[in-house]
Amino acid sequence: MDYINKYASIQSIIHRRDPRVKVIAFVIFVVFIVLTKTESFTAFAFYGILIFTLILMSRIPIKYVIKRSITIIPFVLFIAIFIPFLKEGRILWSYPVGSMKLTITYEGLMMFWNVIIKACLSALCMIILTASTGFFQLLKALEGLKIPRIIVMIFSFMHRYFFILQEELMMMKRAKESRSVNGRRWQHIKALANILGVLFIKSYERGEAVYLAMCSRGFDGSIRTIEHPRLTNRDVYFVLIIAALLVFSKFLELLI
Amino acid sequence: MAKKVIEIKNLSYSYPDGTPALKSIDLDVSEGDTLGIVGPNGAGKSTLLLHLNGILRGNGNIKVLDSEVSEKKLKHIRSKVGMVFQDPDNQLFMPTVFEDVAFGPLNYGLPPEEVRYRVRDALKAVEMSGFEDRVPHHLSFGEKKRVSLATILSMSPDIILLDEPTSNLDPRGRRKVIEVIGNLKVTKIIATHDLEMALELCERGVILDSGRIIADGQMLDILKNKDLLEAHGLEVPYSLR
Repeated sequence: MDYINKYASIQSIIHRRDPRVKVIAFVIFVVFIVLTKTESFTAFAFYGILIFTLILMSRIPIKYVIKRSITIIPFVLFIAIFIPFLKEGRILWSYPVGSMKLTITYEGLMMFWNVIIKACLSALCMIILTASTGFFQLLKALEGLKIPRIIVMIFSFMHRYFFILQEELMMMKRAKESRSVNGRRWQHIKALANILGVLFIKSYERGEAVYLAMCSRGFDGSIRTIEHPRLTNRDVYFVLIIAALLVFSKFLELLI
Repeated sequence: MAKKVIEIKNLSYSYPDGTPALKSIDLDVSEGDTLGIVGPNGAGKSTLLLHLNGILRGNGNIKVLDSEVSEKKLKHIRSKVGMVFQDPDNQLFMPTVFEDVAFGPLNYGLPPEEVRYRVRDALKAVEMSGFEDRVPHHLSFGEKKRVSLATILSMSPDIILLDEPTSNLDPRGRRKVIEVIGNLKVTKIIATHDLEMALELCERGVILDSGRIIADGQMLDILKNKDLLEAHGLEVPYSLR
């Protein structure tokens, strides 16, 4: 099975929800997270509990969620790590480096926390969404939510041909390796550059061929799909409950 | 005499770089025929097929189902002339088998119920029922080939063009594809160099080499003619030796 859809076929309350409803719910969730005040720790704790509950409800292994977040968090850390040193404000700690002074400010630290916690919580939301929804269903959802069809098609083609291109690349690499046993590193790199060039031409030509196949079946630029199933009451309740909990979190924010 | 569904008169075509690919082709196909176009690689077999649903436009006259192939008629002609490409990965571009088979009918604005019905029928005809929700990438090559055929059958065309339907298949996959094609009750044009298959499926045969029609007649007679075949990069099939 491919990595993207690994846990998409589990049966759970979250998995059974209509993908459109899930996309809406999690996007609202992310908006609320982003708009939360930096110092309302209670609200963040509440979000954390809510996310944790959703993960448990979805029966996605916690290990998988952690693994997925580990691929995202280093990027955030790398961007945010300099903030405490650069932001001006109340100095908490300083250390002389030559003629310069390395300082950490309270404001900087708060901003760092702000970036990190919001990025992590939002990433977790998206991980639950993507892990509990098959890629194909996700596309359907985007389409149902009136995202331009052309963009949805591009995603769809990307998913469809990614693995084929990967296979082509692998085969060319094998063919290269079975002929170049020795040779200097530089020669290998040069060969690899050629392989990438050929891959590019191949994908370009495949694009043309796919387009011809589409035209042969009456494609005229607009994409048509069968309409979507209706939402069930449970789907509506799901969004309403999530929305209610998020509104509740706003009151928590007022308390602090 | 059966009605002519395809009439090609004096068709020539050159690739954009100027290399001639087809040279004054004359060919008629009657309703219900199974025509095999055989010839070596690069003979122009695929190029000829691509003219029949208006993907390529050469010089000359092509009449398909009583209408000239022209810009205005393209959509109509493509709904009646289905083309199955050689590489199923190019033919299957949607995320699931169902959506791929439904792509054609939806483009012709059929109502959803009708589309579902046609998808079910088409998949049944190629013995792929139950694969609706599968991802094309995870199918075997033979399965992909058969689903490719279903994507055309769902448009219920009058003519089906098949470009190398048995290439790259293992014997079992090949056998199955041949059976499925043999069961189709429409006009078929098969471009191939799988001569055993051509012998099995096609009554009429055409040899195409360097863009010219070299021979046109009964497939059996053509495939028995050792000198003719060998002059054009082909050989007599084992079953006829």
